[in-house]
Amino acid sequence: MSESVLDVRQVVKKFGGFRALDGVSLSIRPGEILALVGPNGSGKTTCINVVSGLYPADEGEVLFQGQRINGLSMSSLARLGINRTFQIPKPFKALTVEENVDVALRNIHPATPLVDDPLAFVGMDHVRDRMASTLNSGQQKLLDLARALAGAPKLLLVDELAAGMNPAELRQLAGKLRELASRGVALLVVEHLMGFVNQLAERVIVMNAGREIFEGSLAAAAKDATVVEVYLGG
Amino acid sequence: MLKRLGSMGLPLVVLVLIFAVGPYTVFNNPATLFEMMAFLALAQGINVLYGFTGYLPFGYVGFFGAGAYGASVVVLKLHFPILLAILAGGVIAVLISVILLPMLRLSGAYFAIGSLAAAEIVYNVVANPNLQSVTNGPYGINLAPVFNATLSYWLMLVLVLVAVTFVIWLRHSSFGFSLLALRDDPVSAGMAGVNIVRTRTLAWLASAFIAGLAGAIYAWHISVFYPGTMFDLNISIFAIVFTLFGGRATVWGPIIGTVVLYGLYNWIGFSTPQYFQLVYGLLIVGLVLFLPNGVMSLIGRRRKSRHAERKGAVMNV
Repeated sequence: MSESVLDVRQVVKKFGGFRALDGVSLSIRPGEILALVGPNGSGKTTCINVVSGLYPADEGEVLFQGQRINGLSMSSLARLGINRTFQIPKPFKALTVEENVDVALRNIHPATPLVDDPLAFVGMDHVRDRMASTLNSGQQKLLDLARALAGAPKLLLVDELAAGMNPAELRQLAGKLRELASRGVALLVVEHLMGFVNQLAERVIVMNAGREIFEGSLAAAAKDATVVEVYLGG
Repeated sequence: MLKRLGSMGLPLVVLVLIFAVGPYTVFNNPATLFEMMAFLALAQGINVLYGFTGYLPFGYVGFFGAGAYGASVVVLKLHFPILLAILAGGVIAVLISVILLPMLRLSGAYFAIGSLAAAEIVYNVVANPNLQSVTNGPYGINLAPVFNATLSYWLMLVLVLVAVTFVIWLRHSSFGFSLLALRDDPVSAGMAGVNIVRTRTLAWLASAFIAGLAGAIYAWHISVFYPGTMFDLNISIFAIVFTLFGGRATVWGPIIGTVVLYGLYNWIGFSTPQYFQLVYGLLIVGLVLFLPNGVMSLIGRRRKSRHAERKGAVMNV
């Protein structure tokens, strides 16, 4: 049995001739927050899409709690304990906010809930009767998070959740995500806002052109010559 | 709780009043009422598929025709009792829907056209002169030995009530919520634990079963028919328009759509048949332009605005 919650081993994902992931490997321990950073098109979201079962990996393997999960459907992965948010939020617009969360609760049936009330946890208690279609973009992102938490994930993939939030909201969100980590949830966070990453992650992986070019602390990444060249140009 | 049960049961009460009490009081025209019920059942079947999953089945009539011919063959060749044959008609429609399951890989216009082609294939198989010994090919079916207009009328009412009850259940069950989630966004529905293939398949089979039963009962009622009668594309189109007019994914939508539009169809058809196509065309254009979510969306809007008034200003996080 692996100590890691997630092990990604030499994963390749191709779109035609383009290698969006070119031999990516990473692992996360329970309760750890790992940030994936890098320029647009570097393969961060593709990595999350492969782990969450949206795209099948062309090569390599993905292990969750030591079990190979390549080829499993998204619903199977959700029941195993992997869940995610989306860069562009995806609410069920025909349902109310509460019904959105209920869909996950009723289909995943987590043995032990991660949080008592996912909507209250993300601060959406007061809009639970509203139709999801009436929410603004920020609220829709939080609804994605609440729905993911309803499935009591052991691994949470967070895709640019912080985009568009003000500094106070960012601090609040970082606090909530750290609280999840303190409950043993492993978080793989894709983010462009370095200030937010700095508040959140002990370890970052910098990606470029589908490959990891750096792994370590954010402070060390900022001093790394390869990372600086990728971000600022040679 | 009682109030909720009452509002859930109201559509059933209204339908019983129209179709069970109506013929003895205000509208003694069982033939028209029977046709209206057949379209009601089909509209609810389309509601299950299109309303709850987003698949628009232009070829829905294929299941209707398969049910009609399936039941007839079972009665005439295997000499089954008629009620068992009607059940067999529904099962045969389900079997065809199982064969057509790969079509669920399509979406949007591709699915709509694919379903149309599938219905045409079933029609051509049934109407094939080489199958005269089984389906009587293009020469039609005569169910006169088992004809029973009264019993078939009541059985169609039972089917309508069952179909409406099924949709009421969908509107309140976790399965129905899963279908609506899947319709809105299959990716996030998958991540919410919804088994995409199984959920879509069940809705597809249930929808085919309703159409198959409707076709079988319809065949029993009219008793003499040809392949062109049962596989007429207008049957699909009418049922789809009725559903859209009332509002998909609602219980009342297909009921309102069928009663209003089928009533109008008969009224214009008798009084001024020359204007029928024009009036119907204008109605459909008006529907698409001004009321894309059907009549029920008007009621939904009124409810929402009253809800907002009660709660005060719209809140933001």
